[in-house]
Amino acid sequence: MNSHEHVFDDRTPGVEEHESTASYLSYTVGLALAIVATAASFIVSQTDLLWPPGIPVGLIVLAFAQIGVHLVFFLHLGSGPDSTNNILALAFGVLIVFLVITGSVWIIANLNTNMTAVPMQ
Amino acid sequence: MTAAAVDTAPAAVPTGLARGRGGGGPAPKRIVVAYGFWIFILSDMVMFSAMFAAYAVLYGNTAGGPTGAELFNIRNVFLETLCLLFSSYTCGLGALSAERRDPTRFLIFAALTFLLGTAFLVIEVTEFSGMVEKGAGPTRSAFLSAFFTLVGTHGVHVASGLIALIYLVAQVVVKGLHPAILRRLLCWSLFWHALDIVWVGVFTLVYLLRA
Repeated sequence: MNSHEHVFDDRTPGVEEHESTASYLSYTVGLALAIVATAASFIVSQTDLLWPPGIPVGLIVLAFAQIGVHLVFFLHLGSGPDSTNNILALAFGVLIVFLVITGSVWIIANLNTNMTAVPMQ
Repeated sequence: MTAAAVDTAPAAVPTGLARGRGGGGPAPKRIVVAYGFWIFILSDMVMFSAMFAAYAVLYGNTAGGPTGAELFNIRNVFLETLCLLFSSYTCGLGALSAERRDPTRFLIFAALTFLLGTAFLVIEVTEFSGMVEKGAGPTRSAFLSAFFTLVGTHGVHVASGLIALIYLVAQVVVKGLHPAILRRLLCWSLFWHALDIVWVGVFTLVYLLRA
């Protein structure tokens, strides 16, 4: 029976006390990673450090990396049970955002190539 | 022995593991409130995605007017990015200080967050008014309409976040750090961090990907 004891906590549902996973250190680590990603984005876009045709892909990868850093270190989305619902909602949000943006770009690009340009006036 | 363990375990587990999996009993209120606010933030993200899509589609339609490469000052954008990033950092530290019931530290970090957010807005408004003076206002071309809509909406969010911060600091000063106010602070910090995430999309798509 001893092995069960650590599983139960006596907290009444709705009680505010909780152990925070965040600390000054975790915010500082997040800030450092975010600064690295930001600086890399600006350097990559302003120089020829990266193979030029690969720059857009590099920038998009860096943006996703930075968004990931923000989600984990600032918004505290983790693998804990308290985050499960938030992560499911986020996954749905990401799906909608993806559909709206790529769908619009795709459809309008098709329209642009398939419609002949009408000269003005 | 084994029979007793089988008997007690299923009954006891639901009350012990009430941590947001629906396994028994409600989750703590701060988890529920933060989840509700998270849904709001995601709906805000969906709204921003429409503006990102509009910008991506209209980016090339300059109607003979100035292009992004001619208008944008990358150094200013970098400064704006740093302001917002550091304000996100101080906002997180402020929320942490509030959680640890340290009002002095909270007020210092809230003031820093406010200053950095204001600095961001000042740079942005200067940039916008400079563009309008050059004749590159939102009415000039579809590209500029989309630009001002996207970046302007983000700016309006930052401005309303700053107003909400004043309101929250006033509440903390008057009422102290009690649980209901801590939950409002938690929601506000979620909002502020989310704005920084939107800004990552803005500076990547609008300012850096224009080559």
